[in-house]
Amino acid sequence: MKARSITLRGFLAAAALVLAGCATTGGTRGDPLESVNRVVFDFNEGLDRVVLKPVATGYQAVLPEFVRTSIENFFNNFNDGWSAINHLLQGKPAAALEMGMRFSANTVFGLGFVDVAGAGIERRPEDFGQTLGRWGLPPGPYLVLPLLGPSSVRDSAGLLLDIRAVPEAFPEERAERWALGTLHVISVRAGLLSATKALDELALDKYSLVRDGYLARRRRLVYDGDPPDEPEPPDTEPSEDTAPK
Amino acid sequence: MFRRMVWGLVLCAAQAAAWADTAPDAFVLQLSTEVIDAVKSDKAIQAGDVARIRTLVDAKVLPHVNLQRMVVKSVGPQWRTASPEQQKRLTEEFKTYLINTYAGALTQVKDQSVKVRPMRAGANPNEVTVGTDVVNKGEPLQLDYRLEKAGDEWKIYDFNVVGLWATESFRNQFSRDLSAGGIDALIERLAEKNKSLAASKS
Repeated sequence: MKARSITLRGFLAAAALVLAGCATTGGTRGDPLESVNRVVFDFNEGLDRVVLKPVATGYQAVLPEFVRTSIENFFNNFNDGWSAINHLLQGKPAAALEMGMRFSANTVFGLGFVDVAGAGIERRPEDFGQTLGRWGLPPGPYLVLPLLGPSSVRDSAGLLLDIRAVPEAFPEERAERWALGTLHVISVRAGLLSATKALDELALDKYSLVRDGYLARRRRLVYDGDPPDEPEPPDTEPSEDTAPK
Repeated sequence: MFRRMVWGLVLCAAQAAAWADTAPDAFVLQLSTEVIDAVKSDKAIQAGDVARIRTLVDAKVLPHVNLQRMVVKSVGPQWRTASPEQQKRLTEEFKTYLINTYAGALTQVKDQSVKVRPMRAGANPNEVTVGTDVVNKGEPLQLDYRLEKAGDEWKIYDFNVVGLWATESFRNQFSRDLSAGGIDALIERLAEKNKSLAASKS
């Protein structure tokens, strides 16, 4: 049937992509597509340096903090609603209820702009990629997406659904959707300015650091902060050494 | 001169005694809280004086780190191929780099506090993992430590930020320079990085 053949084709395409990635030499474990990823990463970095970072810096300089916080709250609030749904999909009714309460409290009493719930109800963001992970789907190869940055095969699939749950998905007018989407990107970027500054200065290999940070964070998120204990790789040499201390 | 030596020894002993026989999670909580309080209360640090944070980290945190084990873990199998002279230089540069990394993280501290998560008993009683949450508004930041018993004290030999172990991250980052030009290339790269970090204002 038609649906089956599309799924089969999609699966074969994905498998071919993965195998093609594995065929390329080099690359670290979990990153068979490293050579391609580095190219996209460099492109994103260039775009960030030339366009996004200057705009976000200006945004931060021009708008007072309470305005920026309100905007951030607006987008976070939508995210809380979507997180509640994902908690439910993952079989966590208590967490779903809490995030649902957060969403309603902030929408009704905070009008979407004030985080009334605050630290009283802890934010536990969930997206569809995490839901897929919870359902048992492994992340697959690390992927750097153009513009969007670090992802994985699984999380990119999750993104297809996440995109429908953001505020910018809802307005009828295309111009409004673009305006909201742009604001969202700038708001998020501005929030990350000081952290990325520290990262830029410290990293010997920014690509590696971003990748490892992303993969580790996703693993934590899927297991809600309590991943199964990872075996510690053995030290190269015994620690009682002849080297000077 | 002799009196100074005696005082020095007394102070050292007092310091060591302060930490002796502390449980690893109590130790981590105490150390983290001390460091964060020092950062929060120091006006110069809050104004952006990173050099001061580095001095703080060197004085307060480094004594509790098993630097040797950390650098060996971060460099990986190629450590064995290095001469004693290279190992010494690499350890020195790594130490400076580690201080810079930790200091960089501390520049983000404004109003945080630390909570320790309940410890899970592992197979080896002399090696433990202690998990902490650095709490502010919003999501808490997970910061974990691997510690080993050294006499009656505990020493940190790895730390983890939101799931990523530092030595693993360093190993992946260092591997590029190592495969490009071996140990010397790594030493040069670290030295260069440390110099540019020292020169930058904040």
